[in-house]
Amino acid sequence: MACQGLAKGETTNTLKAESESLKAKLEEERAKLHDVELHQVAEKIDALGQFVMKTRRTLKGHGNKVLCMDWCRDKRRIVSSSQDGKVIVWDAYTTNKEHAVTMPCTWVMACAYAPSGCAVACGGLDNKCSVYPLSLDKNENLAAKKKSVAMHTNYLSSCSFTNSDMQILTSSGDGTCALWDVESGQLLQSFHGHSADVLSLDLAPSETGNTFVSGGCDKKANVWDMRSGQNVQSFETHESDINNVKYYPSGDAFATGSDDATCRLYDLRADREVAIYSKDSIIFGASSVDFSLSGRLLFAGYNDYTINVWDVLKGTRVAILFGHENRVSTVRVSPDGTAFCSGSWDNTLRIWA
Amino acid sequence: MSSNSNLSTMKRTVEQLKLEASVDRIKVSQAAADLQQYCLQNASKDALLVGVPAASNPFREPRSCALL
Repeated sequence: MACQGLAKGETTNTLKAESESLKAKLEEERAKLHDVELHQVAEKIDALGQFVMKTRRTLKGHGNKVLCMDWCRDKRRIVSSSQDGKVIVWDAYTTNKEHAVTMPCTWVMACAYAPSGCAVACGGLDNKCSVYPLSLDKNENLAAKKKSVAMHTNYLSSCSFTNSDMQILTSSGDGTCALWDVESGQLLQSFHGHSADVLSLDLAPSETGNTFVSGGCDKKANVWDMRSGQNVQSFETHESDINNVKYYPSGDAFATGSDDATCRLYDLRADREVAIYSKDSIIFGASSVDFSLSGRLLFAGYNDYTINVWDVLKGTRVAILFGHENRVSTVRVSPDGTAFCSGSWDNTLRIWA
Repeated sequence: MSSNSNLSTMKRTVEQLKLEASVDRIKVSQAAADLQQYCLQNASKDALLVGVPAASNPFREPRSCALL
């Protein structure tokens, strides 16, 4: 980028001072509207009853740590990826494996199901995101039809199709996010603003929505306009890496899970953090978060092998789920909200309901 | 050269902060009320929250009763 012309009198010092005063002003503006806490507003509503949530299915077959999973829109199929380089498509009702692909790299950190259910995308240490059309013929070699779509200069941490099979959004250890055309592999838009690895992204839940949120090792969560590439809002209250970001179902807020052992809720219209989900007894990082259908429950997977279920409005924990024998790396609620799936470093996936 | 790129980075940071500072914001009380309303309005459809009869949840029903 060519050096921009400087206004008269601008130096590093004046810009730095301006930057500091703008940051202070931003905090001041946000604080003015901080008239109440979310859990105070929620005091009047009934507390939630006892939860009975159990493992209903265990999916065994990966030879190493499960790193990522995604649900198909048909609410029964699941794609999962692992450190061993395998990507498996499962029927969660029967626990049968329908497809398996061996990637040319290990640590496949990201996988996603296409909206049509006819393809999956995945990537990791290969720095790429590749799309595999799923064949009805189980004998067909899926790897033969592989299409390389995204190219980053460091590992792929997360990927997601947009509302169609035609575009994919990716985040990477190279500090950027990017939007790609699947057919041509062309880069449509890139998103710069994080100062360290981006670990997670989530698209806003709306047909017309054109924003997404990303979180990374710079402890920041950024909201982006997909068309302009502009970073429209930024939140920096976590004390360590943000491992996962997920939109609240209405699209007005998003949750984060972090290595600082807390999950937090940020409201986009209030432009600030509105809740922290933490306990003194929880000292391990939260790797993954997802909301139940109504947004009342937040499921969070932790590095201490547990899943904590939080009352989003009241800020209290309503259940702890035990079962995994190693870190929980990914948690996703099914598209119709009837169950959620967790993946773990114990090589298995579990369906809970 | 490096001082020029530091300057342009700083300029970009300042522009970014100006953009963020100019965002329209609402009060937390309003935002919280809206979040709460969304939860309550959709609570009845949330199977993990209110539970559904075991027969209608494909994951809860006994495996031997396979749907054809």
